[in-house]
Amino acid sequence: MSLLAVNKLQVTVADKTLLRDINLSLNAGSITAVIGPNGAGKTTLLKAISGDIPCRGDIKFAGQPIYHWEAAARARKLAILSQHNSLEFAFTGTEVVSLARGPHSTGTRIDSQICIDAMSAMDVLHLAGRLYTTLSGGEQQRLQLARVLAQIWRAEDAGERLLLLDEPVTSLDMGHQHQLMRAVRDFAATGVAVLMTVHDMTLAAAYCDHLLVLKQGECVASGSAQSVLTESLLAEVFATEVTVITHPKTGKPVVIGQ
Amino acid sequence: MSPAARRQQRVTLASWALTVLLLASFLAALGMGAVAIAPADIIQALLGQSVPGYSGDIITRIRLPRACLAAGVGATLAVCGAYLQGLFRNPLADPSLIGVTAGASVGASLAILLGGGTLGVLGGLSLVAVGAFIGGLLCVWLVYRVATGVNGTSVATMLLMGIAVTALAASLTGLMDYFADNEMLRRMSLWRMGGLDGASGSRAALMLGVLAVLLLSMTRCARQLNTLLLGESQARHLGVNVERLKTQLIILVALGVGVSVAMAGSIAFVGLVVPHMVRLWAGPDHRALVPLSALGGASLLLLADTLARVVLSPTELPVGLVTALVGAPFFIVLLRQHRELVR
Repeated sequence: MSLLAVNKLQVTVADKTLLRDINLSLNAGSITAVIGPNGAGKTTLLKAISGDIPCRGDIKFAGQPIYHWEAAARARKLAILSQHNSLEFAFTGTEVVSLARGPHSTGTRIDSQICIDAMSAMDVLHLAGRLYTTLSGGEQQRLQLARVLAQIWRAEDAGERLLLLDEPVTSLDMGHQHQLMRAVRDFAATGVAVLMTVHDMTLAAAYCDHLLVLKQGECVASGSAQSVLTESLLAEVFATEVTVITHPKTGKPVVIGQ
Repeated sequence: MSPAARRQQRVTLASWALTVLLLASFLAALGMGAVAIAPADIIQALLGQSVPGYSGDIITRIRLPRACLAAGVGATLAVCGAYLQGLFRNPLADPSLIGVTAGASVGASLAILLGGGTLGVLGGLSLVAVGAFIGGLLCVWLVYRVATGVNGTSVATMLLMGIAVTALAASLTGLMDYFADNEMLRRMSLWRMGGLDGASGSRAALMLGVLAVLLLSMTRCARQLNTLLLGESQARHLGVNVERLKTQLIILVALGVGVSVAMAGSIAFVGLVVPHMVRLWAGPDHRALVPLSALGGASLLLLADTLARVVLSPTELPVGLVTALVGAPFFIVLLRQHRELVR
């Protein structure tokens, strides 16, 4: 049985239908990327699943409707990284990450070890003592992701877990983009289902198991990277000419703009 | 040394320094005034032993209630400021932002205009104090009702409503000023400057009781408030019941500021600047921020009130005028040292 099952999801805000008839199923250990042009409904999908905006349709999480989960119990199993994280207060890096352990009662010693592990997974351990407000945008982003990972770090706390990431690689340099994707893949392997929105399709193809393509609120394709990333589909969805080639070393599709 | 380690040291240092400062300002408040009293006599009088002359009575009947009220009001305002700054996720929020001070001004002016300035009701509380409290709560209720819809309480709407209600209240108090006679006008403007001259044992006890409620609530709110600083939806995803937390905080702040305004008039600066100063020194973690702000606010108002009593003795200055005079130089020094923390 899948960890997250979305059935006939529809989101309407102020008489405008943002998502229509979305079906989706996520399994522990797999990474699914949502791609599509701006305004296609990628963020809306993540917000609907996490309960930030009202929606119609069924969303089943770990066997029961997602709205039936009690807030703290859900927070131990489901973590989300939003696109915008503004924090005007000068917390240190460690303080920001350790906020993630709020829903747990695992004790200070385990919590601080988890924070250290999550920070080293995101390569931000050197920011532990720095003040958040003095960090660069990319450093803040990686620290926020470390916080989200720390929230659902251990399988023994909550079993199967779900991670939602809204454009996690935006504002990161190329090295850290790949480092982040590798960290997310390793994290998924510990029994986490991951759903993320990405703009870089080559990056999505290299690391994700499934791709879901949205256009104007509707799902136009879904499946493995090889089956979804075709020149005709991408040209139609993004309204621009593209070339898809095969990566000489990994064999994964690479999308190049014209 | 990293900022994190330095911050830990500073929290420890600040808790000791502020405790000593509070004790010292308490002793100063008891010992200084029209009649100076030696520290040894103060301690004897507090222990209930007889002291030569009137010193014993001056301490226990006049200065002790006043010092307790000053400490209570100062601590309450500072804690409320810390809570509101957390709630608004803005280090520049002030307790008066939700309209409570402006509403209290209307209530107090109305009570004075209706001739209640000298009447005492409800266990030593004057009609003016009761009017101020009711006016303050009415305004907060109005602000809260408008800002709360089906999607919960909008903090941005609350801020705008606070401004609207404050403007409305200002014109109402202006109208009352216009129609008041000279004697009433003087009373109204003195009330607005704030003063602790109405202190009594029962008032001080009430204020300290409210402060105790605020500090006890901290054990539950502080960690949730830290999480709230990440953002409302971020806090919700971390299992915090954000709507309940917001409602709790607004009720606590309305109670704290409402009672303190009723007791001592409007005292600016303490609620805005004390938590801000503590944050610059010891960081934004509410588990340290709230108690340190309470200590700092109590010390600041005690010192300001002592100064207000002593400078033109035997006449008194309104304490509201002195708080900024005492606190602003400290704040400026801190701002100069920690400019990089303020964006």
